[in-house]
Amino acid sequence: MKILKIFIILFLVTNFSELKSDETNDVLKNKILKNIRCLICQGQSVYDSESDFASSIKLIVDRKINKGLKEDQIYAFLRKKYGDWIIFDPPLNKNTYILWLLPLLFFLVGGAIIQKKILKKNEK
Amino acid sequence: MLANQIGYYSLILGLLLSVLLCGVSIKDLTRSSKQINKNVLSLSFLQLVFVILSFLSLIFSFINSDFSNETVFNNSHTTKPLFYKISGTWGNHEGSLLLWLLVLTLFIFLFLIKSREQPKKYRILTLLFQQVVIIGFFLFVLMTSNPFNYLFPIPSEGLGLNPILQDPALAIHPPILYLGYVGTSIIFSSSLAAVTQNYVSKQWAQHIKKWVLVSWIFLTIGIMLGSIWAYYELGWGGFWFWDPVENVSLMPWLTLTALLHCIIVLERRAALTSWVVILSITTFTLSMCGTFLVRSGILNSVHTFANDPARGIFILIFLFVLIILSLGIFFVFHKENNKSQNNFFWLSKEVSILINNWFMMYFLSVVLIGTVYPIFLDVISSEKISVGPPFYQKLIAPFLIPFLLFMSLGPRLKWIRSKIEDKNSLIVTFIISVMLTFFIIKNLTTELLFYTVLFSAAFFLFFITLKELFIKKFNNVSQTVAHFGFSLLVLSILFNGILSSEIITNIKIGEKYSYNKSEIFFKKIEEKKESNFNSIIAYFEIKDEKGKIIELKPEIRIYNQPVIITSEADIKTTLLEDKFLVMNLVKGNEFYNIRYQVKPLMVWIWISVLLLSLGGLMSLFKKRYEK
Amino acid sequence: MKNKFCLFIVIIFLSFCFIIFYKGLNTPNTYTPQINEKKKIPTFGAKDFDSNNYLNSDKIFEEKIFYIVNIWASWCVPCRTEHPLLMQLSKNQSIKLIGLNYRDNYNNAKKFISDFGNPYSRILIDKDGTLAIEFGAYGVPETFLIDKNKDIIKKFVGPINQEIVKEIKLIIK
Repeated sequence: MKILKIFIILFLVTNFSELKSDETNDVLKNKILKNIRCLICQGQSVYDSESDFASSIKLIVDRKINKGLKEDQIYAFLRKKYGDWIIFDPPLNKNTYILWLLPLLFFLVGGAIIQKKILKKNEK
Repeated sequence: MLANQIGYYSLILGLLLSVLLCGVSIKDLTRSSKQINKNVLSLSFLQLVFVILSFLSLIFSFINSDFSNETVFNNSHTTKPLFYKISGTWGNHEGSLLLWLLVLTLFIFLFLIKSREQPKKYRILTLLFQQVVIIGFFLFVLMTSNPFNYLFPIPSEGLGLNPILQDPALAIHPPILYLGYVGTSIIFSSSLAAVTQNYVSKQWAQHIKKWVLVSWIFLTIGIMLGSIWAYYELGWGGFWFWDPVENVSLMPWLTLTALLHCIIVLERRAALTSWVVILSITTFTLSMCGTFLVRSGILNSVHTFANDPARGIFILIFLFVLIILSLGIFFVFHKENNKSQNNFFWLSKEVSILINNWFMMYFLSVVLIGTVYPIFLDVISSEKISVGPPFYQKLIAPFLIPFLLFMSLGPRLKWIRSKIEDKNSLIVTFIISVMLTFFIIKNLTTELLFYTVLFSAAFFLFFITLKELFIKKFNNVSQTVAHFGFSLLVLSILFNGILSSEIITNIKIGEKYSYNKSEIFFKKIEEKKESNFNSIIAYFEIKDEKGKIIELKPEIRIYNQPVIITSEADIKTTLLEDKFLVMNLVKGNEFYNIRYQVKPLMVWIWISVLLLSLGGLMSLFKKRYEK
Repeated sequence: MKNKFCLFIVIIFLSFCFIIFYKGLNTPNTYTPQINEKKKIPTFGAKDFDSNNYLNSDKIFEEKIFYIVNIWASWCVPCRTEHPLLMQLSKNQSIKLIGLNYRDNYNNAKKFISDFGNPYSRILIDKDGTLAIEFGAYGVPETFLIDKNKDIIKKFVGPINQEIVKEIKLIIK
């Protein structure tokens, strides 16, 4: 049993080290566009919108990708122009520590409460 | 005209009846008889009748395009088809509030009828707490959102309903969703009543479980209908956008699911009493909170109703009054259940349900914080951020892995104390899941490790529940069906996400576009006139690698009132995959921009949600003697 | 005792939430960005409307005076209402107006100018709207006030009105 487990783990690990080929430009472009908010629409992403603003953003993202900019750099460019609001993935900075960490905190607190409760009940 | 009067005065009478009901039932509390005074039942029925009357008057005004009614004027048009005139009644803020009142009054009346074996004081208190909510809504409607306002001079034509709302799925989505969403009010009222009566016990759990199931089933199907609509009407083939309005319907669903599991523990072991009450209060609070968030104008979304801060203030105050009232009652009346028999051993069904709740509360916190944090940040520091799908996916997906694993093992545990039986077959199933996953997805994604683990966990649950369905060892079919449905849901969403492909291109009439041995041929366009829109129908022939040809006919519609241009996708659905084609005009060209998607296993997402609800339905109807 | 402490925390938390939501109702929903930090004008190249030459932003903003960048289009209705005010501003010696013709047809734009007058010392063509994005604009009409150090000091979304004209005049004194 144990040998079987070890064998499987090794098998999987060696296969994971095969890096998959990099995403094509189109896939990357769509990924980025889905993460940009269309600022004149009600909550849609640039990918989903056909508005003037969205079309212009699509062109700009296209140009930046062709210029060789990475995903993060494109987001940084747009953030500088419009603020954090334009990107759907909230950044991790002093404004958003609470946003990202509070749910995890709840998880830990929840676990602690349950643990305490079970231990208390078992004492009886 | 007359309908307006009837509708308005019915509401007033309904409100007066609430007050009368409160008086009569309080007096009945002090009487010593075992059964509720028949008058209480009759008054409750009468209140329901008036609300129905009011609702029907509004529908009547819509059908007759009575534009002397402001709500009808704002939301309807003579050329709208009859079906959408009717459904337009609840497609707006004021009408949907009538729907709220309808469900509130209906459920309390049904509750009174179906709870005759329950203690009298408990029933009366449930009625009283529900009336607090009902009175609040009557006041809200009459003071800020009257559906029966007069317009003079009477306009000859209305402003029309947004065409994307003119859709069958969207027509029935609100009633079904509200039966679930607003139905949680009964759970709220009865929990508060039970607390004051120290009646949070096995007997109460058995009785309230049916109500929890009914709300849960409707809420699940209601959310699914909204997603189906979003899939073929909004966006490009997406069905869940983590939009605030969607989140707001999901949050009560999460707590309701957690509550459903806790009720089982309460029923069996008379434990978790305080937590059950808190969950009941929270569920309805989240419903109210959701109502606040989407109707007050505080959030920015595709689906919000008309923005009106004055209404927002009313709901906000109402919401907080309810919260303070319920928490107050909880703190004053709740007594800890100090039965000495409540040992919780680590390996037991109770603990696995606690773990379920733990994860559900975590998911709830992610959705809640993601939805309301931007509001807090904006008020405190005037910074605006967006919280979109990446946030939710990053925080939820990793936790799904242990959640699915616990879901596979938990139901097999017995009450009080258990051990894991069949360890070997579990391990074999797990290994099969992992290997199956690996071979399926190894060429499909760059994040191989993460997806392998996630898929494996989902497959594990899938195989375990599948086996249980056939072996029937554990004799709890409804639960197995529901859990199987959930595993299928996760698997279909994952496969759909990974295997979907898309082509976006500009194409002219008569042109062919080739890619990957497949071909898209833009045959022709036709123009058609309907009662309230003109449409351009495009005929496309799509040939796949095997040479099979299918025809897809996306449309562009130009509605007349209000003047809006929409794109209607054409979708061919099979069990294996959906083929989705939508087109747009490119400004000032003879080109059309098309998006063609192949979405494998799309229909299984809906089927699995139906399975999930089926499990709930089966639980509702199963006999007492089944374990 | 523990219960009372819990209750206290819960009450504080609820009051906090109430206040936030209450205030949230009163803050406007559409994002009109305040420029908190001064942003320099972007470096870009654009086609000149009249000469069809490609110009660099350094050349366009070469003088040490105030500039207004106004995004407009012939198909944009509010642009017509603000146009006379732009004509008014163009008469001021301490400021020059640069027009950004947004997603427009050349002939229509030319007609617009000949019909309503030309307040711009220079017009740039922004056929695909990407130049407007370089400035951080959402659409049309939008107006930016640029000081002598080439910093964007004010941004006005939507057509300008008399109050804004007064504000601008005060700043450029």
